[in-house]
Amino acid sequence: MISGNKRAQPNRRILPGFGLSMGFAVTYLGLLVLIPLAGVFIRASGMTWQEFWTVVTSPQVVATYKITFGVSLAAAATNAVFGLIVAWSLVRYTFPGKRVLDAIVDLPFALPTAVAGIALTAIYAETGIMGRWFYALGIETAFSRVGIYIALTFIGIPFVVRSLQPVLEDLDPEFEEAAASLGASRLRAFTHVILPGLLPALLTGFALAYARAIGEYGSVIFISGNMPFETEISPLIIVKFLEQFQIAQATAVAAVMLVASFVLLLGVNILQRWTESIGRART
Amino acid sequence: MHPSKTFRSRNDSPRTPAATAESPAVRLTLIAVTMAFLSLFLFLPLITVFHEAFRHGVEVYLASFDDRHVRHAIRLTLLTAAICVPLNLIFGVAAAWAVTKFDFRGKSLFVTLIDLPFAVSPVIAGFVFIIIFGAHGYLGPLMERWDVQIVFAFPGIVLATTFGTVPFIARELIPLMQAQGRDEEFAAMTLGASGWRTFFKVTLPNVKWGLFYGIILCNARAMGEFGGVEVVSGNISGKTSTMTLHIQTLYFSFATVPAFAMASVLAMLALVTLVLKKRYRMVGDKKRINL
Repeated sequence: MISGNKRAQPNRRILPGFGLSMGFAVTYLGLLVLIPLAGVFIRASGMTWQEFWTVVTSPQVVATYKITFGVSLAAAATNAVFGLIVAWSLVRYTFPGKRVLDAIVDLPFALPTAVAGIALTAIYAETGIMGRWFYALGIETAFSRVGIYIALTFIGIPFVVRSLQPVLEDLDPEFEEAAASLGASRLRAFTHVILPGLLPALLTGFALAYARAIGEYGSVIFISGNMPFETEISPLIIVKFLEQFQIAQATAVAAVMLVASFVLLLGVNILQRWTESIGRART
Repeated sequence: MHPSKTFRSRNDSPRTPAATAESPAVRLTLIAVTMAFLSLFLFLPLITVFHEAFRHGVEVYLASFDDRHVRHAIRLTLLTAAICVPLNLIFGVAAAWAVTKFDFRGKSLFVTLIDLPFAVSPVIAGFVFIIIFGAHGYLGPLMERWDVQIVFAFPGIVLATTFGTVPFIARELIPLMQAQGRDEEFAAMTLGASGWRTFFKVTLPNVKWGLFYGIILCNARAMGEFGGVEVVSGNISGKTSTMTLHIQTLYFSFATVPAFAMASVLAMLALVTLVLKKRYRMVGDKKRINL
């Protein structure tokens, strides 16, 4: 993501248009995003604490948190491992099809989630091209938590890879050479020299993939089967409350989800500052 | 390409010692894992969309679009994107100009807030507008008195879509304009150019590819918006059903080929977006940026 520039510039207000551009941007963001989001919390604060607590800790809602946060964690962890391998191969090696693979990494970013959802369901359903193998082994890949895991892994792929790539490209080979000349094995050089430098970017990518996964809706609802207590995710229960005109219940769960998103966004910001400080220390 | 050069490590060049390269077995394994993972998770779903759409031949595929509701959904989606993308374009340019050409307190907070819609669930992007404009919302009674319908109507779709796509153009522009600094603008102003002239003749040409890609990505995301639109629109066929919502309707009514036919149009749009991104990263503006 993006970070502010703290470097002091001479003649800080020599260019025109600060009032106009900042004024417009703040008004737009305020009216479209901030005030509507604040509306959720104001609405939630209209409930008594007892009412709020009863909703957000009701067994069916708690089951959705467990599924959403648990399966998202598994998917983000999968992306951390495979994303590291993918980013490493794309940056360090040359092989046929590399450019196409590099371009396709962004697919989950550009492909509508509903399209991904029906495609993954077709693949992993009992008669699907992958599903038939898994079902033969007794693993139900569609309409199960495995299905949710597959969808959430799909949508998280770009984050780890794209967080790591620029850091890997800037990694100074001198450190590895020094490690090698001091007698370290390649594996030891990786775990003791390369990995510590990649860690902040890896964690940033992981946190971004996790944040994206807990809010994800479109790709999941087709493949999950949406059974209460089994495969129902938190965003879906908000939709279900709304369909039954239970606005208060929907608001309470939305407030919990929003707090989780804010905490993760804060975490991502701290991680990015850490990444940048390491980048600066190395140059 | 010479076969022995096919699986070459960047570290094979004579300048760097072999001690900082992995053994060929490790290298081949990592490349194989990369190919397998990306093929399974990315290529397979993409191919599946087209395979399912053309399962019963081109004629059946084309017949899917010969439907009043399908054509209405396509029109509605295009119209939504046509309103939402220009709005976010103006916002993105204004935000990037303020953030990169000036220093002010709270800048990093402001930049974080731009990313907020990206971290929020799409369902909540639709829900917030129900809370405000819905029958029991803050402005619900007012909307009723004025006879303006926002929820379960086109304005709600536009609002939820615009909310969800706020960050994309700003995110593309800010790192790019940050990297290019302010010197060229200072020079233009010193030579007597007006602010707008400086912006159109100096700033904009420097970031035109980034801006272009930002617009394309914002458009793809706007046309693909799903969760927020589903919540706010009510998904009324032939009235408030966008392309993605109509895919859902078709899919759940077992009209698999029409659902995938519609999906294939959006998948094509995603592919075009990826190709343009690749091109733009190669032609490029002056500096490479991430995500």
